Amino acid sequence: MTSTVRDTPLRMVHERLGATMTEFAGWRMPLRYGSETAEHNAVRTNAALFDLSHMGEIAVTGPGAGAALDYAVCGWPSQLSVGRARYTMLCAPDGGILDDLIIYRQAADRFLVVANAANTSVVLGELRDRCSGGGAAEGSSLETVVTDESAVTGLVSIQGPNGCGLLATVTDLPVAAMPYYAGAYGAVAGRAAWVARTGYTGEDGFEIFCAPADCEPIWDALTAAAASDPDGRGLPAAGLAARDTLRLEAGMPLYGNELGPDVTPYEAGLGRVVRLDKPGDFVGRSALAQRAAEGPRRTLIGLLGQSRRVPRHGYPVLSAAGDRVGVVTSGAPSPTLGKPIAMAYVEVDAGGPFGIDVRGKTEPAEVTGLPFYDRRK
Amino acid sequence: MSVPAELRYTQEHEWIAIEGGTATIGITDYATQALGDVVYVSLPEVGAAVTAGEPCGEVESTKSVSDLYSPVDGEVVEVNEELDDDPGLINAEPYGLGWMFRVRVADGQTVGAGLLSPTEYDALTKSAG
Repeated sequence: MTSTVRDTPLRMVHERLGATMTEFAGWRMPLRYGSETAEHNAVRTNAALFDLSHMGEIAVTGPGAGAALDYAVCGWPSQLSVGRARYTMLCAPDGGILDDLIIYRQAADRFLVVANAANTSVVLGELRDRCSGGGAAEGSSLETVVTDESAVTGLVSIQGPNGCGLLATVTDLPVAAMPYYAGAYGAVAGRAAWVARTGYTGEDGFEIFCAPADCEPIWDALTAAAASDPDGRGLPAAGLAARDTLRLEAGMPLYGNELGPDVTPYEAGLGRVVRLDKPGDFVGRSALAQRAAEGPRRTLIGLLGQSRRVPRHGYPVLSAAGDRVGVVTSGAPSPTLGKPIAMAYVEVDAGGPFGIDVRGKTEPAEVTGLPFYDRRK
Repeated sequence: MSVPAELRYTQEHEWIAIEGGTATIGITDYATQALGDVVYVSLPEVGAAVTAGEPCGEVESTKSVSDLYSPVDGEVVEVNEELDDDPGLINAEPYGLGWMFRVRVADGQTVGAGLLSPTEYDALTKSAG
């Protein structure tokens, strides 16, 4: 059986820009276009464009959609106002995390669930099991319907402090005034889109959901807007490598690294996404309530490398006595901080200082709070 | 993809220039493109003995770590200390300022066997995809 790798609607753009492509979750994606450090720095100081069409988009619709999602996820989506979004998690009955999600309320009876590319089919299956029907007759207007819209949804993201100004020149939406974690329907480069002020970089930015055929025109319009500004610094493309170092600096977890089925939101320091205060049952409630009461036995910490050697996923974290007390979940050189940064799970009662076993040699690491980088400071 | 005509190459994407019994070694343009931005390089010590085909250091980029091999037997006589502060020189000038280490080739060794010509190396990079 041959596995098919899918191309995104922006395949020709990546080719034209000379991207180094990589396979990720069954998609051919741009890893970098030139220097991933330069792409990272562009997001921090200017703006850059990302192709995120590999992400999964699942619509949950119907008058009972909110209540259905309240049962399906840890959060409380029915409380969202129209035009607002919330970060949340889909958990298993034992409290383990199946995916982290952003849920946008696009209308009173329409929610857009955005899932990680690698987990889209799992999320779709779970939402169908947990949400479908809502006790209403099939085909009735009261029914909750779960629809996979990934194949008909493209996603272009502009991230960085100059992104808002650029986007404003090609859209009718009042984006400058849009609150963080809000979204609206509008036109970008004359194409219908759902525009949200969300992102995975720790900078201001917008995610533009559109028809696949409109991705390239929207991308080109934003690039042209930047090019026509004589005082501007252009609008480079940024790939998955920069996306990873940006989210790591911003202390954001990555499913498969910090998040997984053997971890609850509490270990990841994200207990705030679990709304034990919402009425009614939800999948994982009793296990999560128990973990909340007992406290997690591992905790996610930030580490700063003291040498150039980078702590990486899977490397042991050692106590001063040399005992293994944890494991690195993500690590990379930080362009903004100028030293390696890492996140790691350590035993909750383990005290520093810590060392990291980097391929046989212990490198000292300094514990630091998360995020490593905060744009407001 | 730059493959200078005056150098020789290895399967591990390194280049070697030999002059008067001393070999200068670095990694190729192809290698730097595959690695991305180099953030750290661990070079052998001056005075260390190196063996052809054996790892003698590491090249670390944003996303990965690769072994550095010696293409020849001999003794390390010089390392590029500029790379401590500026490993990005490897990306900027893989064949120039990004050179990595120099080896005095062991007496009696026939250097050349196992090394690739520019044409052979170019073909290798194209078949690697």
